[in-house]
Amino acid sequence: MASMRDIKRRKGSIQSTQQITKAMKLVSTVKLQKAKQRAEQSKDYFHCMYETVVSMLAKAGNINHPYLHPGDSVKKGIIVITSNRGLAGGYNSNITKLITQGGFKKEEVEVYAVGKKGRDALLRYGYSVREDYSDIVEEPLYSDAVELSKKVLDDFVNGEIGEIYLAYTGFKNTVVHEPTLLKLLPVEMDAKNGGKSDKAAADTTENRTPMNFEPEDDAALDMIIPKYVTSLIFGGLVESVASENGARMQAMDSATSNAEEMINHLTLMYNRARQGSITQELTEIIAGANAISM
Amino acid sequence: MADDRNFRLKVITPERVFYEGDVHMVEFNTTEGEIGIYKGHVPMTVIVSPGILTISENSQTKNAALHAGFVEILQDKVTVLAEIIEWPAEIDKKRAEAAKARAEERLRTKTPETDLLRAETALQRAIARINVLS
Repeated sequence: MASMRDIKRRKGSIQSTQQITKAMKLVSTVKLQKAKQRAEQSKDYFHCMYETVVSMLAKAGNINHPYLHPGDSVKKGIIVITSNRGLAGGYNSNITKLITQGGFKKEEVEVYAVGKKGRDALLRYGYSVREDYSDIVEEPLYSDAVELSKKVLDDFVNGEIGEIYLAYTGFKNTVVHEPTLLKLLPVEMDAKNGGKSDKAAADTTENRTPMNFEPEDDAALDMIIPKYVTSLIFGGLVESVASENGARMQAMDSATSNAEEMINHLTLMYNRARQGSITQELTEIIAGANAISM
Repeated sequence: MADDRNFRLKVITPERVFYEGDVHMVEFNTTEGEIGIYKGHVPMTVIVSPGILTISENSQTKNAALHAGFVEILQDKVTVLAEIIEWPAEIDKKRAEAAKARAEERLRTKTPETDLLRAETALQRAIARINVLS
């Protein structure tokens, strides 16, 4: 049995770890509130954006536009949104898994990393990381998404990559987060039902008067598709940040309660050891006294 | 006076809902020119070019500087998906004027590497901001 001193030391160290995890949980709770609010505020925008693009494509069905067809290159660009910091449970590895087990050929993938954890993990697996935008994940602004989407669209138009994907964590609610892989380009009608938009798709097909476009379809596509991509990227960023904090909150919550459990167990062990040593001492004294008096 | 000539206007940006309400008329700049919309307009989607967004409610009008985005017009509902839009109160006049001067300077002394398109949009934005204030 471990000595009293060992148990005490162990308990102390677990207690200080628990304090840290508790503090981290509080911090991520606050951050989650903020991120959640942002995610909700921007939802409207994506909803409308999605509806518009769907109705546009429904009308512009057989238009021959570069954004609607895969490029010549076999390379696939994947925008990978993870966090810069760890201790968020499975948050980062779930995203990495999407890519490593997503049926992509390693040589054909170009990663646009947003978030250090995903970048490092993919580098370790031997993927080629083309760009790194890890700074923007702390506080994603719309202008950051504009810059990123401009970069990937340029690469797409220049034929460096043939398809663009977005890997992010969808924020359903505080406890449910879904790692999601979304195909951004070429735009495909059926592949775009990224969970949140099924309802929108149903709405648009049913009660929509025919829509006119000004300027003409081609030019309008030219302008709207980049905005569409940007808004999806921004949406991905905002939702990922919310999910990250949600995941961290959960991870830290369970760490705190695990620590609590361990402390309880150790306290029990400590008390037993203490009692054991007192009993032993008493027995020794009594035995000694008996020996003298005889 | 809840009359039937009003329609629903929604102005949303990626960060917030900028404006929502029943309005009488809305005007703004598009790539094809300036347009004003009343209720019952032909359904249409147009692309915004930098300019002033004028919202006419029943009793008053409101202005805002609208810089980029697109607008979805339905018979009884108009949705402005704005990438950048500001109320006059949010605009820093000095900064807008400085930006205007800078953009003009760039357009005047153009060299082959000047990004003309960028300078022009910057100029348009600055002008829109200043116009909305005055």
